[in-house]
Amino acid sequence: MRITTCLHWPATLLLALVAGAASAQGLTGDVPTIDIKDGKVSALPIIIVLFAAENAGLPPETDVADVVRMDLNRSGQFRALPKNDVVEFPSRGSEIKFPTWNLLKQAYITVGRVSDAGGGALRVEFELYDVARQERLFGLAITGQRSDLRSVAHQVADAIYEKILNVRGAFWTRVAYVTSTGVAPNLQYSLMVADSDGYNPQVVVRSREPLLSPAWSPDGKKLAYVSFERGDSAIYIQEIATGSRQLISNRKGINGAPAFSPDGSRLALTLSYVGNPEIFVMDLGSKALTRLTNHFAIDTEATWTPDGQSLIFTSDRSGKPQLYQVPATGGDAARVTFQGEYNARASISFDGNKIAMAQGSGNVYRIAVLDRSRGGGQVSSVSPGSVDESPSFAPNGSMLLYAATEGPKGVLYAVSADGRVRQRLVLADGDVREPAWGPFRQR
Amino acid sequence: MNHPIRVAIAALLCVGVAACAKKVKPTDKPTEPARSTHAEPAKGGKYTRDSLETDPCLRQRVVYFDFDKSEIKGEFQAQIACHAEYLRQFPDARVSLEGNADERGTREYNLGLGERRGNAVQSALVAAGAGSSQLNVVSYGEERPVCKEHGESCWSKNRRVEIVYTVK
Repeated sequence: MRITTCLHWPATLLLALVAGAASAQGLTGDVPTIDIKDGKVSALPIIIVLFAAENAGLPPETDVADVVRMDLNRSGQFRALPKNDVVEFPSRGSEIKFPTWNLLKQAYITVGRVSDAGGGALRVEFELYDVARQERLFGLAITGQRSDLRSVAHQVADAIYEKILNVRGAFWTRVAYVTSTGVAPNLQYSLMVADSDGYNPQVVVRSREPLLSPAWSPDGKKLAYVSFERGDSAIYIQEIATGSRQLISNRKGINGAPAFSPDGSRLALTLSYVGNPEIFVMDLGSKALTRLTNHFAIDTEATWTPDGQSLIFTSDRSGKPQLYQVPATGGDAARVTFQGEYNARASISFDGNKIAMAQGSGNVYRIAVLDRSRGGGQVSSVSPGSVDESPSFAPNGSMLLYAATEGPKGVLYAVSADGRVRQRLVLADGDVREPAWGPFRQR
Repeated sequence: MNHPIRVAIAALLCVGVAACAKKVKPTDKPTEPARSTHAEPAKGGKYTRDSLETDPCLRQRVVYFDFDKSEIKGEFQAQIACHAEYLRQFPDARVSLEGNADERGTREYNLGLGERRGNAVQSALVAAGAGSSQLNVVSYGEERPVCKEHGESCWSKNRRVEIVYTVK
């Protein structure tokens, strides 16, 4: 069973967003669509009441409650009551008529208000209640610039998520991805950074030649990526805020698949100057290289386990691509995946329990998640295919981003880690690919 | 039919030898290259620099592959052989072998696959007489498709190595 819910954005909000986009590219869709594959499961019903504007000067362009509602829905853990069904508008706990919401079988309710904090800032106060118990669970005030109200809204969603589920929310995070626009031979590639819901896209790098494999530094300040601007592949590290960048490797052959170690001091990368693609680790201080693999197969797409002790990479040493694990100091590689004929490009959840990958069977490529926490190694697919790739876990492991295609165009999807709830991200025009979910941000 | 073609080939050979001799002996006095043309008939080989645009075999510059494979299929052996011959004949010629993959599978793995295909063409050209220093392999993986539909008729066009002359 599949239920498709369409949520309509107010036209004014849309206009503001289009105007605010960093590039000249417009937004593709005004209607973010959430697919809920299985309606009967236990997503928590929650009401987010419109946040009242109190002494806020001009009404804010961002509807905080709308952003929170979309975030919680996208996670798959919540089912927010649609905006049009929220018929009462309490803005304080004392104004909530609990029987109304109890009748609607709602578990939680959030009420809040936005007020002027001076100097162009707005103060967002909100409270979360348990409907059945009529009990206040917590309240919080977050202040942010008027122009940055979406960030505040994402932080509200994070706080609600964490209070109820006891898991840190990851809505106030950023994602990196690559777009290509135009028609060959006049293609324009851009490395972009946007909010976790796809809004506020900013161009980090533009190039006439392919860009690929963006990877976040653990502090969220830098991106490593591959650029063909020199004719062949080269790896760069660029600071997002300043644009200053450093050439990391342009050896003969492939310079690809960069991945920062969890402490940010080292970079795993794929180099083929030795004759075929092998995994290396570069100490970013000294630039010294340590070779981790030595095999005539293609070894690539290394990613670090959260403890920094080992890496999981793709190798076709058994004939077809499969995932292998190797100690960060080098040594024998152990095969990780056994189900499926093609398993590649791992993304590992923060606790190391889950490994997402692109899994191919015949001509269908889906995102699959291997759960190693229960010993056996259960694999479940979380995307429908047929050309899905580049999975990337949210920093709290609750969701994944991945790349899919619609006709000749690439698009990005966010999917809950259990595969139940899926949403296409609203992004700038063009062919979009290679999402990389950034780390948690610090307030 | 046969006779005019043979004449044409003979004419091409003469030009070829002249061009070759010029390169081999750049310090010769101006009058000497003409004489060496007569002194060394046919030894310069079957191609001229123009053959890249005129010879049906040399004009074929794309080698296609099966899915996830890098073996060169029999139908491309003739193409490999004529490019190897050209490169043997003109040691100053340089070629970039651009390896590509179809969209299936992951981008970085496909970079590896494109390189493996480029290396396969490089090895075949060297085995057939080209100098390895004349050849440079670049892999674009799945980043440079010639066709963007999702199906074998399109994928088969993207699994390829393009033989690109950077110095003719």
